[in-house]
Amino acid sequence: MKMSDKVPVRLTVNGTSREGRCEPRKLLVDFLREDLGLTGTHVGCEHGICGACTIMLNGEAARSCIMLAVQADGAEIVTIEGLAQAGQLHPLQEAFREHHGLQCGFCTPGMLMTALDFLHVHPDPTEAEIREGISAVLCRCTGYQGIVNAVKAAAPALNRSR
Amino acid sequence: MKPPPFEYFTPASVEDALALLGEHREQAKVLAGGQSLVPLLNFRLARPRYLVDLNGIPHLDYIREEDGWLAIGAMTRQRAVERSALVRDRCPLLAEAMPQIGHVQIRNRGTIGGSLAHADPAAELPAIVAALGGRLVVRGPDGERVMAPERFFVGYLTTALEPFELLVGVRLPVRRSRTGHAFVEVSRRHGDFALVGVAAALTLDAAGACADAALALTGVGPTPVVAAAATRVLVGQRPSAEAFQEVGRRVSETLEPDSDLHASSEYRKHLAGVLTRRALTRAAERARGGEG
Ligand SMILES: Cc1cc2nc3c(=O)[nH]c(=O)nc-3n(C[C@H](O)[C@H](O)[C@H](O)COP(=O)(O)OP(=O)(O)OC[C@H]3O[C@@H](n4cnc5c(N)ncnc54)[C@H](O)[C@@H]3O)c2cc1C
Ligand code: FES
Ligand code: FES
Repeated sequence: MKMSDKVPVRLTVNGTSREGRCEPRKLLVDFLREDLGLTGTHVGCEHGICGACTIMLNGEAARSCIMLAVQADGAEIVTIEGLAQAGQLHPLQEAFREHHGLQCGFCTPGMLMTALDFLHVHPDPTEAEIREGISAVLCRCTGYQGIVNAVKAAAPALNRSR
Repeated sequence: MKPPPFEYFTPASVEDALALLGEHREQAKVLAGGQSLVPLLNFRLARPRYLVDLNGIPHLDYIREEDGWLAIGAMTRQRAVERSALVRDRCPLLAEAMPQIGHVQIRNRGTIGGSLAHADPAAELPAIVAALGGRLVVRGPDGERVMAPERFFVGYLTTALEPFELLVGVRLPVRRSRTGHAFVEVSRRHGDFALVGVAAALTLDAAGACADAALALTGVGPTPVVAAAATRVLVGQRPSAEAFQEVGRRVSETLEPDSDLHASSEYRKHLAGVLTRRALTRAAERARGGEG
């Protein structure tokens, strides 16, 4: 096999089976954005620091910029596009809008996926737990307070929808 | 940036992986959780021609007790170790350190073997293996060798692993009675690599005096630093604030950490002393309380 040969990647994204062909060196985030056209997942630092590219991989939050697309073959992925249902914002998205959890929006997809994973593990978090939970994603705009408020506000709604 | 081109292999067994490494030697690189290697590929600081992905190999992902050791497979995810009741019970030092490694998102993918093989001087796991006198299990073409940490960790991001060898697991001695542990570290921000970290284990005798003490530090040298001479003075003494202060002073005195972007040498020395005292104090409390 030559290095530039493309290999098939089949996975489930937001409940739908998808497939594509890419070089083994293609990062998962680039596969999602370029091959599947799901540009909601952002790519920032490309080395695992900023968290903009966070997705759910088989039910757990992971960085899609430090994983190869071929490694996700057979996996189940949820991206930011999977949050809103039938034109209705997810309660977490509602809370971010309500509590000014975003300004430019660049960090927001990763922040929402991180918060979602965090709230699954901590259904009734304290402010300190929220701050620690979202520390995996960098935001250059909000100063975090709006995000903390939004996550706190979303917790009861998420518990109800469980 | 993006990774340079490489040929990608997913061997289904350790033997197949070793055959690939034997064939391609220095041109090959092993991929485990990818949390350190893929950033290096993205920056093109690593440019392997062949990438050997271990994620398809079964039986390298386990946590079990074997003849007085806690045995953990190289491909066990850091998050699985963090959540393991067996780890909490048999090796509380490891359990305490796990949540301090990066973030959940990193630990969901990052492996035990990857962290040990990567050998970052700021990493928690190498210091734990060094403090407890654990063993690294290495497989090569001629079979298995079991290595002590002082032989395995040879320098900055460098281990004694040959390019045709794999780390297949690690063994840690299970907790002895009347022993307490603590892992304490200081980092600029939750989830960052620590500036300095201290792993401590302290065993008391029936009369409440120190029977044994072990300390290893991160972030103060190219490999984990084991402070054997400084802890030896504790043996036979009753645990006390003064005794721990003195050990902290001695540890700090013997270190010569480099200054870097994150902290000066002086500050690291200072932290090493303070954290040593805190770790020993907490370990002694736990040894008395019987909670490990
Ligand atoms: C944002 C961020 C924060 C982090 N913070 C911390 C932290 O605070 N503390 C910490 O300790 N770590 C931290 N890490 C690193 C993390 O723990 C990595 O998971 C770990 O260092 C490497 O493990 P891995 O399984 O991802 O290995 P990989 O990245 O896949 O591999 C790392 C290296 O080890 C080699 N290797 C892997 N497995 C084997 C094996 N079985 N045999 C031989 N060689 C092998 C690879 O070839 C490569 O050279 C952080 C990482 C990120 C991205
Ligand atoms: S783009 Fe993945 S963590 Fe920054
Ligand atoms: S809203 Fe701009 S980076 Fe977070």
